[in-house]
Amino acid sequence: MSDIQKDIQNNDSNIKIIAFLCNWCSYGGADTAGTSRLKQPSEVRIIRIPCTGRVNPLFPMKAFIDGADGVLISGCHPNDCHYIEGNFYARRRLEVLKYFIDFMGIEKERFDYQWVSASEGQRWQQLIIDFVERIKKLGPIGKCET
Amino acid sequence: MRIGFFICHCGSNIAGTVDVVQVAEYVSKLPNVVHSVHLMYTCSQPGQKEIVDAIKEKRLTRIVIAACSPKMHEVTFRRAIERTGLNPYLFEMANIREHCSWIHDDRELATQKAIELVEMTIAKVARHESLFSNKVDVNKKVLIIGGGIAGIQAALDMADGGFEVVLVEREPTIGGKMAQLDNTFPTIDCSSCILTPKMVDAGQHEKIKLITYAEIESVSGYVGNFEVKVHKKPPYVNYEKCIGCGICERKCPAKAPNRFNLGIGEGKAIYIPFPQAVPKVATITKEHCIYFKSLAEGKLNRCKICQKVCHVSAVDFEIKDEYINEKVGAIITAVGFDLFNHSVYQEYGGGRYPDVISSLQYERLLSASGPTEGKIKRPSDGKEPETVVFISCVGSRDDSVGRPYCSGICCMYMAKQAILTKDHLPESKTFIFYIDIRAGSKAYEEFVKRAQVEAGAQYIRGRVAKIYPENGGLIVRGVDTLLGQQVEVMADLVVLANGVISSRGSNELAQKLRIPYDQYGFLSEGHPKLKPVETNTAGIFLAGACQGPKDIPSSVAQGSATAGKVQGLLSKDQLETSPLVALVECSRCIGCFKCLKVCPYNAIERITLKDGSLVASVIPTVCQGCGLCVATCPSASITLKGFTDDQLIAEVEALCR
Repeated sequence: MSDIQKDIQNNDSNIKIIAFLCNWCSYGGADTAGTSRLKQPSEVRIIRIPCTGRVNPLFPMKAFIDGADGVLISGCHPNDCHYIEGNFYARRRLEVLKYFIDFMGIEKERFDYQWVSASEGQRWQQLIIDFVERIKKLGPIGKCET
Repeated sequence: MRIGFFICHCGSNIAGTVDVVQVAEYVSKLPNVVHSVHLMYTCSQPGQKEIVDAIKEKRLTRIVIAACSPKMHEVTFRRAIERTGLNPYLFEMANIREHCSWIHDDRELATQKAIELVEMTIAKVARHESLFSNKVDVNKKVLIIGGGIAGIQAALDMADGGFEVVLVEREPTIGGKMAQLDNTFPTIDCSSCILTPKMVDAGQHEKIKLITYAEIESVSGYVGNFEVKVHKKPPYVNYEKCIGCGICERKCPAKAPNRFNLGIGEGKAIYIPFPQAVPKVATITKEHCIYFKSLAEGKLNRCKICQKVCHVSAVDFEIKDEYINEKVGAIITAVGFDLFNHSVYQEYGGGRYPDVISSLQYERLLSASGPTEGKIKRPSDGKEPETVVFISCVGSRDDSVGRPYCSGICCMYMAKQAILTKDHLPESKTFIFYIDIRAGSKAYEEFVKRAQVEAGAQYIRGRVAKIYPENGGLIVRGVDTLLGQQVEVMADLVVLANGVISSRGSNELAQKLRIPYDQYGFLSEGHPKLKPVETNTAGIFLAGACQGPKDIPSSVAQGSATAGKVQGLLSKDQLETSPLVALVECSRCIGCFKCLKVCPYNAIERITLKDGSLVASVIPTVCQGCGLCVATCPSASITLKGFTDDQLIAEVEALCR
């Protein structure tokens, strides 16, 4: 059994990861991974957005507040944005968000943003395997006492 | 609200991993869902009919279909829904194939995930509203980038269809790589004999505007209305005046490498690329011109011989860079390919041995219009070779140089060159080192047989380990994997089958066009099977080897295919624009105009309300729906239809429930 299959089978955790993917590159990359039957852990739920530049930092924060254990945002590689420069704006906002997440008392490793093109199915698979493993190590997100 | 839910088996593609019956049953119990069924193939005609009938019978007002990626069938289902009279934007797809059934094995987990994805989609669809397209006028002109055979074919087909064409070529002449070839496989017909008439047609067609020696500076706009800035490099010859007599080239005292002949033989600083060039005009290469060189050194030199001998006063050293603006409705990218530079192969001499040449250099030696007038003379001493060795897969199918893919054309051109070698030098012997012979198209296999039987080419299956010079020749040492022994061939000339790589600068062009490309730099088609000449960016198309290695018949076919696609697009007077665009709620707008600054399309304008306040407004036909302004707006007064904050947060909430 390959390492990848082992990683995927080891699936007894109860974590949830929300991924916001831009329609043009990363959503296509996840589609390419699917078309190529590249097996992945099942913890990730994908929300389609037009561009990473559409992401209001409120969305990942809302996901954490509602109990998501990890949030991943992925778009076109820098310079390859379908909308010319949307991902550059996203990069600045999300870089700042990393510090804010830490400030809010959430481990900042629970959040990441990446660039995956529509042809990079294998890269998407590896990214998911690695990210899920990272979140599993952190365990479920702590619930807020009210 | 009456939600209808349909889940697709997709044969066993989905139902094999996801328990679709269980999902349908679960969803039927959700609030507002009045119809929940599983269908074998939702995209099929009977599947669509079931959906249409259900919408009518159950008076459904929102539709969710759980099936493949929306990139696949969103449009299909929107059309079906539209037929019922329901607004097609009151619909959403849950991707449970590419993002679920195809990537998981565990049925229970996959089913649970599918349910959650469907709940998320239902939460979104409940917040949809009816949306309506706008119409925008179409500019019925097409820009074609690259004047190789694919671009020429596309240009001629477009022009013959009555459309205005702007054909931009980087080199001084159109013709591309095909113009450099001697003969073509599998018919051994002369390349220029079949290409030249097409080049002349393209040059003379009243609908085709040729801009050579020019590159794309910038591209803005969107399908139907692109604005393109073309940078015309200074050739220091007035192309309008030049008659292509060639006297300047004959009299020019400055030697320069001959670019068209790939460095074999000498050229001049002012040159006409080849006799059949279109347009047949001279161009000065600045770095080799005596006048420009002396000017750079601050000396006054009066060379300017070309200017003196020119009968029509076409030479003009004062010509500056020129920028031409063109408005077009569609763009065809046909920028072709380059050949792998074999100097990274140290075992083949790393480019140090003059008699180890590239396949395209060999074409120039074979060509009657080449540096040796069609006589095969090896570069080092001009001797006619008795033994020629061909080596396949130089920069193809080789992970060690980062080129794992097959270049597709090399097996065939090696066979052709072996046949032509025998034709030119009947006494010669040819050896071909190969890994596999790939001859998959019409009449190709027979052609390879012809090289083996008629031309006597000796095919040796195996790689070459080393080439080294000895006694004025070259020893080619390799292995014959079929015999399981080492072989050594004493060669006079070695021809490498250089692989196909993406054209220099094609990635920068892709970024200007906002189209994706793969890790090797080849431009990506919209779908590997179903959209071979479209890109993901509406209005931009691909033809020829810029998409991946291709032979001439395929490049021509793609040139015609893009022309067909573009004619379909430009035959409409107006295009429907996507209604998924931004909208400013002017009562909340504070008039900061940050949205205007970030908008990549200049789709935001300032308007004055009745109360005199200045606010932002989106021009819906220009907006492309990226949502950048929405995330930027500090007063949250912009929404993106189809992707509202409300909808995205509802999706998050549904997933975290």
